[in-house]
Amino acid sequence: MATAPADPAPPLKDAVIDAALAGLVAAALALPMLGFHLEDGTTSLTLSPHLPRVGLAALVVAGGRLGLTLARRGLAARRAGRPGRLARLGGRLSGTRLWVGWAMLLFAAVLPLLPFADRNLIDKATMVLIYVMLGWGLNVVVGLAGLLDLGFVAFYAVGAYSYALLAHYFGLSFWACLPLAGLLAAAFGLTLGFPVLRLRGDYLAIVTLGFGEIVRVVLVNWGDLTGGPNGLGGIPRPTLFGLRFAAYAPPGHHTFAQFFGLRFSPEHRIVFLYFLILILASVTNLVTLRLRRLPIGRAWEALREDEIACRSLGLNPTTVKLSAFATGAMCAGFAGSFFATRQGFISPESFTFMESAVILAIVVLGGMGSQIGVVLAALLLVGLPEWFRELQQYRMLAFGAALVLIMLWRPSGLLSGRAPTIRLGERT
Amino acid sequence: MEYFLQQLINGITLGAIYGLIAIGYTMVYGIIGMINFAHGDIYMLGAFFALIAYLAATTMGGGSVAFGLMAALLATMLFTSLWGWAVERLAYRPLRGAPRLAPLISAIGMSIVLQNFTQLTQGARVKPLQPVIHGGVTLLKANGFAVSLSWLQITIVLVTVALMLVFTWVITRTPLGRAQRATEQDMKMAALLGVNVDRVISTTFVIGAALASVAGLMVTLYYGVIDFYIGFLAGIKAFTAAVLGGIGSLPGAMLGGLAIGLIEALWSGYFSIEYKDVAAFSILVLVLLFRPSGLLGRPEVEKI
Repeated sequence: MATAPADPAPPLKDAVIDAALAGLVAAALALPMLGFHLEDGTTSLTLSPHLPRVGLAALVVAGGRLGLTLARRGLAARRAGRPGRLARLGGRLSGTRLWVGWAMLLFAAVLPLLPFADRNLIDKATMVLIYVMLGWGLNVVVGLAGLLDLGFVAFYAVGAYSYALLAHYFGLSFWACLPLAGLLAAAFGLTLGFPVLRLRGDYLAIVTLGFGEIVRVVLVNWGDLTGGPNGLGGIPRPTLFGLRFAAYAPPGHHTFAQFFGLRFSPEHRIVFLYFLILILASVTNLVTLRLRRLPIGRAWEALREDEIACRSLGLNPTTVKLSAFATGAMCAGFAGSFFATRQGFISPESFTFMESAVILAIVVLGGMGSQIGVVLAALLLVGLPEWFRELQQYRMLAFGAALVLIMLWRPSGLLSGRAPTIRLGERT
Repeated sequence: MEYFLQQLINGITLGAIYGLIAIGYTMVYGIIGMINFAHGDIYMLGAFFALIAYLAATTMGGGSVAFGLMAALLATMLFTSLWGWAVERLAYRPLRGAPRLAPLISAIGMSIVLQNFTQLTQGARVKPLQPVIHGGVTLLKANGFAVSLSWLQITIVLVTVALMLVFTWVITRTPLGRAQRATEQDMKMAALLGVNVDRVISTTFVIGAALASVAGLMVTLYYGVIDFYIGFLAGIKAFTAAVLGGIGSLPGAMLGGLAIGLIEALWSGYFSIEYKDVAAFSILVLVLLFRPSGLLGRPEVEKI
């Protein structure tokens, strides 16, 4: 009697069968969608078959599956027991987080001065920074307080529209509107907070999602005030202490270029906007980091961990939750009014559920509660797709697939090492 | 009064469709505690598969409507279930035991993938279908307003009721349903007692997708136009319905679906069609204010 071999079935045979099965499933999955195309005929729809595409899809999937299985086997044999490279990086980053953060900030600050920085790059960097700021704001709600908010974009919209409307109807300047937009968004956060206070977990998620939709529907349909689906245009640009970023200034005003004796260049405004959002985002970061160390921040994290324990220690979940909501909403309000002044035009199109999903994905992918993780995830999810604009429709397909793949690869986020905010003395 | 009756009929039809989709949300939530964001898009796929199968079957079967509809029903249930299974297998199963929000993001990613896949393969334009089932009965005629009940509406409600009966029977009387309820109560304990938890969860997704595909078929017939984006709004509404009824509760999903359908139909009939979604969500908030676990949901008992 021969003893059973250590590796029972020949691995290659298993892998081939497995791949063939995957190919079959792929063929069945692809059959209706890839195999047939609905053609808009003159009188009615007609079908045109494209069956070879199904075979192709099956082959691609089977080949990919086979390659993946073999590659995974090779890898597993080589580095059994060693932690992944990124996990180690995450551990190291959380140890030296302060240093990395300062380095990133320094790089961001000198970015417009670097030789390869053109208008396009700075524009994209500005976009990424808006999402970084939104991510940090949502991090307070989701990462720290543990409240799942699927309608964060509503506060972003409130911020953007409050600036646009205040400027449109009352002629207020950007700098006057910025705090107002933040306050208004925070007020909306409180209004939303009240009804949802008794809800927990995923009931909260659907209510916030519904709130986001309500805000969007109202913006679309209240045409008299908001311009409806056509949006609002001609939103005034921000000034630097009254200096305008324009070729000519009205009498009694100066342009930025005149004042400093520079030649007018439209790039000045782009760079100014970039620094503006950099400062706004840095302030958001600073404030949220500081808030974490205040009693209120501790209360947020404690509430996330155990609500009952919080209550029994005399914390009022109502005020704690409301303050988290309002703080996050205020950040979104600031970001929103910046967005409005940067674009010069806003419409409800910019505030769909998709945006909420992207911001939430940034927070979760970054590793909940990690500030640097948010930056990395924003670069990955907002910055990278900006470079692939030429791919057009494939871009969103790849974006969705990337969300799934990154989540499968790092289920607890890119940088998941959550640093404890408080330690009970050093243990030796 | 006649107008009200007509809106009632329309609302019940719409509610039946929402209810069928809501079952998928509530079942998945009940078992693995996850909001399956891709479910609305699974329903959208179901609508497309039904349309494709119907066109294929009528061209082959010489234009017989009955044959076409049967083929569409079977094909869409088969293929949509397969997609539901594949989505769970690829995007959710590897994340079992991961932090709570990981499957949610994965589901959002899947939803984006399914939408864009459909847009790429079938184009972004709406796909119209000529009315297939014509006619109906006029219930009463008064004050120059006729209340009509079309055969299609009767079919939709009857099919929904039949599916509900079969489904309730499966859940309450079969070994599969017992395994499902056991997994819902305590996944670890069920696994220890020999329930194949992975298979039960897969089956849950398959059943949910099959029900959603029937909803997709009925929507294609009822409205006559579909596009790649219909899954989003229908998904949100169905999820709202599931929460309204008490998420995790199957009769609740049906009741919630009916409620949302009725609210929408009556609101658009009497107030404004633009704000019907606002009305649906506001009622949800109002209900949750007074019953935080939904209409039929069990109140959560906290154990320490």
